[in-house]
Amino acid sequence: MTLPQVPILPILPELILTLFGIAVMLFDPFTAKPHKSWLSSLAFIGVLAALAGNVLLLAAEGEYYNGMIIVDSFSVFFNFLFLIIAGLSILASRQYLVREGVNHSEYYGLLLFATVGMCFMGGANELIMIFIGLEITSISTYVLAGFRRTDLKSNEAAIKYFLLGSFATAFLLYGIALMYGATHTTHLSQISSALLTGRIDLRLVLAGTALMMVGFSFKVATAPFQIWTPDVYEGAPIPVTGWMSVGPKAAGFAAFLRVFFVALPALDQKWFWVLWVSSVLTMTIGNTAAMLQSNIKRMLAYSSIAHAGYILVAFAALTPNGIASIMFYLLAYSVMNLGAFAVISAWSLSGERRVTIDEFAGLGYRQPWLAAAFTVFLLGLTGIPLTAGFTGKFFMFRAAINSKLYWLTIIALLNSAASLYYYLRPTIAMYMREPGESGRTSAPQDSAPLQISMATKVVIAVSVLAVFYLGLFPSTILDFAQSSAFLVH
Amino acid sequence: MNFLKYIWLIPLLPLVGCFFNGVFGKRFSKVTIDFFALGSTLLSFLCSVGAVWQLSRLQPEERVFNLNLFEWIPAGVALTAHGFANFSIQWGYRLDPLSAVMILVVTGVGFLIHVYSTGYMAHEHGPHLGGYYRFFSYLNLFMFSMLTLVLANNFALMFVGWEGVGLCSYLLIGFYFHKKSAGDAGKKAFIVNRIGDAGFMLGMFLIFQTFGSLDFGTVMARAAEAPIEVYGSVGVLTAIGILLFLGATGKSAQLPLYTWLPDAMEGPTPVSALIHAATMVTAGVYMVSRTSVIYTHAPTAMMVVAVVGGVTAIFAASIGLVQNDIKRVLAYSTVSQLGYMFLACGVGAYFVGIFHLMTHAFFKALLFLGAGSVIHALSGEQDLRRMGALKNKIPKTYVTMLAATLAISGIPPFAGFFSKDEILWQAFSSEYGRWWLWLIGVVAALMTAFYMFRLIFLTFYNESRVDPEVEHHIHESPSNMIVPLQILAVLSVIGGFVQIPKFLFGGFDGFERWLEPVFKHPATEAGAAAVEHASLGAEAGLALFSVVVALTGIYLAYRFYYRPSSAPDRAMASAKPVYTVLFNKYYMDKIYDALFVNRTKDLGNALWAFDRGVIDGGVNGSGWFTRFTANVSCWWDKWIVDGLVNVVGFTVKMLSYPLRILQTGFVQSYAFLMVLGIIAFIWLYVLR
Amino acid sequence: MLRSYLPILIQIILASLIGFGILGLSYLVGKHKPTPEKLMPYESGVRPTGSAHERFAVKFYLTAMLFILFDVEVIFLYPWAVIYRELRFFGFFEMLTFILVVLAGYVYIWKKGALDWNKN
Repeated sequence: MTLPQVPILPILPELILTLFGIAVMLFDPFTAKPHKSWLSSLAFIGVLAALAGNVLLLAAEGEYYNGMIIVDSFSVFFNFLFLIIAGLSILASRQYLVREGVNHSEYYGLLLFATVGMCFMGGANELIMIFIGLEITSISTYVLAGFRRTDLKSNEAAIKYFLLGSFATAFLLYGIALMYGATHTTHLSQISSALLTGRIDLRLVLAGTALMMVGFSFKVATAPFQIWTPDVYEGAPIPVTGWMSVGPKAAGFAAFLRVFFVALPALDQKWFWVLWVSSVLTMTIGNTAAMLQSNIKRMLAYSSIAHAGYILVAFAALTPNGIASIMFYLLAYSVMNLGAFAVISAWSLSGERRVTIDEFAGLGYRQPWLAAAFTVFLLGLTGIPLTAGFTGKFFMFRAAINSKLYWLTIIALLNSAASLYYYLRPTIAMYMREPGESGRTSAPQDSAPLQISMATKVVIAVSVLAVFYLGLFPSTILDFAQSSAFLVH
Repeated sequence: MNFLKYIWLIPLLPLVGCFFNGVFGKRFSKVTIDFFALGSTLLSFLCSVGAVWQLSRLQPEERVFNLNLFEWIPAGVALTAHGFANFSIQWGYRLDPLSAVMILVVTGVGFLIHVYSTGYMAHEHGPHLGGYYRFFSYLNLFMFSMLTLVLANNFALMFVGWEGVGLCSYLLIGFYFHKKSAGDAGKKAFIVNRIGDAGFMLGMFLIFQTFGSLDFGTVMARAAEAPIEVYGSVGVLTAIGILLFLGATGKSAQLPLYTWLPDAMEGPTPVSALIHAATMVTAGVYMVSRTSVIYTHAPTAMMVVAVVGGVTAIFAASIGLVQNDIKRVLAYSTVSQLGYMFLACGVGAYFVGIFHLMTHAFFKALLFLGAGSVIHALSGEQDLRRMGALKNKIPKTYVTMLAATLAISGIPPFAGFFSKDEILWQAFSSEYGRWWLWLIGVVAALMTAFYMFRLIFLTFYNESRVDPEVEHHIHESPSNMIVPLQILAVLSVIGGFVQIPKFLFGGFDGFERWLEPVFKHPATEAGAAAVEHASLGAEAGLALFSVVVALTGIYLAYRFYYRPSSAPDRAMASAKPVYTVLFNKYYMDKIYDALFVNRTKDLGNALWAFDRGVIDGGVNGSGWFTRFTANVSCWWDKWIVDGLVNVVGFTVKMLSYPLRILQTGFVQSYAFLMVLGIIAFIWLYVLR
Repeated sequence: MLRSYLPILIQIILASLIGFGILGLSYLVGKHKPTPEKLMPYESGVRPTGSAHERFAVKFYLTAMLFILFDVEVIFLYPWAVIYRELRFFGFFEMLTFILVVLAGYVYIWKKGALDWNKN
């Protein structure tokens, strides 16, 4: 009896996450209610185990499973990113979930499954695999967006995201089908070589490229497919919003980058201009609309659109440096945004109250540390020097300049400068306004001392440290990103 | 274990200790604080010993170990006089014989002083005072900075350590921050140092501009190829040398920036011993030795170094003759001894400067710690006039301090004799030496012997002048203070045997040979040859002479202070004006106050007065003008500023208006918009 | 290229022709004598009460959904069974893994009470 040797190492993090996801799901029905507090710990241990597994991947570079999965430093980098995001999100969610009465095992299970899908998107070397990863991620995300089942807004967010998301995914699949029809392969590097032979129907390939870009643009929320973002981000539970704004977005960019740079470099002069236009639109729409928001979640939703626009600037540079800077920026943006949402979640009251910008008034006096951390995150998102946001933007815009994209960079810089206006609004409210000045009278129990759990504090502290670390010593991570970017390009 | 690979641990360990004590120290017990502070320092010392031992196993030419940990500041390409240069600064360490000597001194003496401090500072530990953990945290931070300074492999990282030790010095001088004098002294030290730092920074900029790098290895290699500048002229290398030396005068308390060091004695005594005697103040000497190639190519700069060093040596020693505060005497002595080291560097004998640095670290740390032990015994009394007859009451302190005093006075076979004698010999015989530099050194040596024995006689001999109240509290210090004293005393006796002049038992030049790879380059070869010509007889004669001079100083001190007679009194009376001038430290502080401090204050006052005048005048006399400007600014605000703001707001509103219309909230209209987007994409790709 | 789709077009046309033809023929040929009883929806011979647009308990949907889920997963066994001989033990263990995962889902819904009809 001989068994074929099936390597499990290449998908070790995914396997670990899946097992822990199943374990978490089963843990809940088999245990009594008081033990529910173990759920988040179990999920977090799963993430740590997957991180350990991911370290092993560094030594297993290569293509596996008939070229469906690729392990290279690009995929390992993104695995690390997704796992860090998942870990921080799990820590940041627990207090919120308990407060809202939805501390169910499914939350952690879905988060882990979604992370599995994201890891597959980062490590996929083949269009079907990307699609499967994307679907695993998306379906989990749809459910998570509606996790506050009794809340109408949460339901609305879930159904909107589901309908529009399926719509977009269908186009992605359509694009994949056209691509397969034209090149007779779904394998990325084979598509690339097929394009070079010239014996293919270019119109089919172009239509396929357009439709795949529709799918990816929807996932990363860039114009003109950003329209769903504000409504979904506003309605989803706060930790889910924080997670959604970084995790699936980063996964979308990972697949987006890999497909376009590995499979379609021959057409880069075609898609370059689409990226250019989309980038300008995305940045401008995001920043302009963010200025008028009063709900902080909605404001950060538009801000996340704007950031996707900045990333497209570096995307359009079409250089390994551009890719590396995007990878760095995704990490920087993730810690800043997760930190900011952790603060919002800590400050908000049960039932998702106290989430307007005006209601942040006086936070600077009541919770000086929390306010300081929030200020750090907002300044980081603006791109103030010493923070991760600055170094990240600096590398991205430098990559664009090196590719002679002067106009695009100028527009991006103007946008970035304008964003200071709305990022400063919560800061001004926190430090310069008295609570209640906005005319709202708060209930007495609302002014009770804030209880912030240790886990949330850890997330905020880690994020602040990461913001400064990436801002001050970017070279280690950037070097790693650069080495992997060359592989992709 | 390859210790060389782990030299980054040497500075890191004290930083870890600093972190734990600084962050959590408030809740730690004394034992825990001691554990972190002493443990980290001891480990650091052991790592240093291991690394230096492995370094010594290599061939002399190979004894340079560079370890670049990571690129710290990548700042791109710049155009310099050396062509295009990549401004890339590594966080890197360099272990060579020079830094090896330094880390052994810093960690070794530093550890002993840590041990001593556990006794000396013990009464600071407590829930209310809480200074104990702060003290050790600062002390460990100092160790980290100092080790970074001496291990750095480039100027920028060295500057990090340079500033770090300055900061720690400030923090520790002002340790008793509730005392105004301590706070002022801390500020003074910091500000005076900053003036020197400006020189260092300018020198650093000029180095990059000239050599296109800040890495020691690269700069030294390029400087070695440069032509030697003509004595008396000021070229680029001379400018670099003088600017760097300005930094050194600040850190090492040389004329004209020495004034902060005597005031720094406000800090706890172990701090004075570690920072203001053994290690930090020698950073300038280290830096000059480190850049010896540059100085050797700039004879003018060397002369400046030698003259400033010599003048400082004699100047500070003369002030030390008449001071009554035990620590201040030692402080002026330190300034004077540092002058000696610069004198040695200035005449091209860098290894002697480092040699004296090392022996001085032993005996001066010992003197300070001994003084601390005396002060401890006398419940905080520092005035020599209220001491006396302590010899039998604190015998261990007495014996160790006597050993250090003999060493600093240059009595053979104590360590100071060898290093000081070598300096004087080099000042006399070296290519760059001058007979008058030697004379200055000899006079300073005479004064040194005099004031040190004055201190000994006033403290330990004669009848007791101690307050009766303090008298019955006198006690010998605990063993954790005495043992470091004894170890340092042993080192003060034997520390000089690493380098013995030729006329004694055939001589031994181990220290010189150890440092040779660092200081050896074509330019010094010539100087070395010149030294060979001088005769052994002359060297022995001069050495004998300097011993006689030292003995004379001791005898004078004996006549003046041990067995007072009328003759010295009369001599004193006739020299009253001199005494007054010396006692007031040449009025230097007053002169500085008058020239700089008060002028700065005046400038501030003048600006303030100007402000007030303009505002008052504006209100009273220029009402119409105010109204006019108010109208103008009103118009400006209304039409230009408001206009701009309105334009921006209007634009944002106009831009966001269509967005708002699109953001209907209806999922079907969203889907429709997506269809439009898809059509646009297809059009852009396929049809265009 | 489009030629290869011609059979499909023909099949579509044929299928629609047959479908519409039968319906149209029976409409044209058959007799029409409607009575109230004949126009009534056929409900097991029982007289219908209330509106047909009634809200059903969500339990029905849940059960239906679970049925479809497991049904679809079981379909996966068919292709597996076809090449089982080629796959040998490898296929056996792969399928075992798959069944275990499905089983975990089954245990989950069971313990959650989704199969308990009386649970609200």
